[in-house]
Amino acid sequence: MKSLQPILEEHPFFKGLERKYLELVVGCASNVRFEAEEVLFHEGDQADRFFLIRQGKVALEMTPPNKAPMIIDTVEEDLVFGWSWMVPPYQWHFDAQALTLVRAIAIDGKCLRKKCEEDHELGYELFKRFFSVVTERLQHTRMQLLDVYGAQT
Amino acid sequence: MQGNPSTVMQPMVPSPHRILKVRRETGDVFSIETQPQAEESDFPFTPGQFNMVYVFGVGEVPLSISGDPARRKTLTHTIRGVGWVTRALQELKKGDMIGVRGPFGTPWPMEVAPGNDVLVIAGGVGLAPLRPVIYQLQAEREKYGNVSILYGARSPDDILYGKELEKWRGRFDLHVDVTVDSAQRGWMGNVGVVTQLIPKAMPDPDNTLAMICGPEVMMRFTIKELQKQGMSDTGIYLTMERNMKCAIGFCGHCQFGPQFICKDGPVFRFDRIRSIFGKREM
Repeated sequence: MKSLQPILEEHPFFKGLERKYLELVVGCASNVRFEAEEVLFHEGDQADRFFLIRQGKVALEMTPPNKAPMIIDTVEEDLVFGWSWMVPPYQWHFDAQALTLVRAIAIDGKCLRKKCEEDHELGYELFKRFFSVVTERLQHTRMQLLDVYGAQT
Repeated sequence: MQGNPSTVMQPMVPSPHRILKVRRETGDVFSIETQPQAEESDFPFTPGQFNMVYVFGVGEVPLSISGDPARRKTLTHTIRGVGWVTRALQELKKGDMIGVRGPFGTPWPMEVAPGNDVLVIAGGVGLAPLRPVIYQLQAEREKYGNVSILYGARSPDDILYGKELEKWRGRFDLHVDVTVDSAQRGWMGNVGVVTQLIPKAMPDPDNTLAMICGPEVMMRFTIKELQKQGMSDTGIYLTMERNMKCAIGFCGHCQFGPQFICKDGPVFRFDRIRSIFGKREM
């Protein structure tokens, strides 16, 4: 079976990560595929992994009380999503549904958490990368909250 | 001042235009197409310029031109009905008359764009002042490198010129990407902010001209993302909005630091306004 290492090595998210750490990540990685409209996970489910999208588009959804589900973000090729595996109680905070056929690499969060506990350098490298993703998403969410197009004259 | 000879001679005198068509674009946004009634019935303009549009008995408002610069016999403005004058415009029908002074202001950098990749980034009704650019880019497509149009709207229902965006997306020589702030399940497009679309549309930042129009906060974040992708400030152009009254730099209503938006703008190269852009007191 072909290793996922070359794919992870080239992914911008893992750029600059030492080979020994990359090998540890590869040990927790697997290829996954979701058909269009297939649900990746529901809010409240155990957040036991994160995803690197290789192909396709995923909608992240939340359901306001007494309203239809709203898509709050979409993620596609080359993006990473899911950081709930890092933070107790390790539960998803939104639903995720494939909008198209999705091919991705799923990284087992429990497996990776264990390796991070054993090697804090690996943990630090991963947290740095995830912190950057989280910050970017927070900025985007703030912009969405501003409702800039609604206020324009 | 470019264009209409009567305006060059008498910039404060509106010329009569008859409304040919009123088209609803989205909930509160509509377009009106007019025809000049004066003897010289051509109305030449360059993409980015604006007119002062007068609703008789109500008042005057600055409006960007949103039509095709190659079509000189008619004039199109796309308007959001939010104030006295724009709401009054919304009530007008085919055959009604309005007054038009213009065109005024600086254009988008179409003269320096040939040979470069062009990135058109719009938010909300900000697509209207960029539509003439898109028409010209299509008409002279061979002159430019990669052409990308990135557009952000509030929701799928608020997407301006939806059918045209689909048509442009169907061309093999244009990259068109649209995103909305939120959508209900069933929407198959992007959800997120327009800045998220930039990395995929930016193959060569050294050889790219970006033209941005939208709310200032959107333009601020867009400029940051362009800089992050390696673009220089001299390649970034944006259009500013202020309370324009005379449109010829006399009254001072639209003063923006040392500049007048009506005369020195509305299109500015970013490095020329960097020191004052985004400052609250401006």
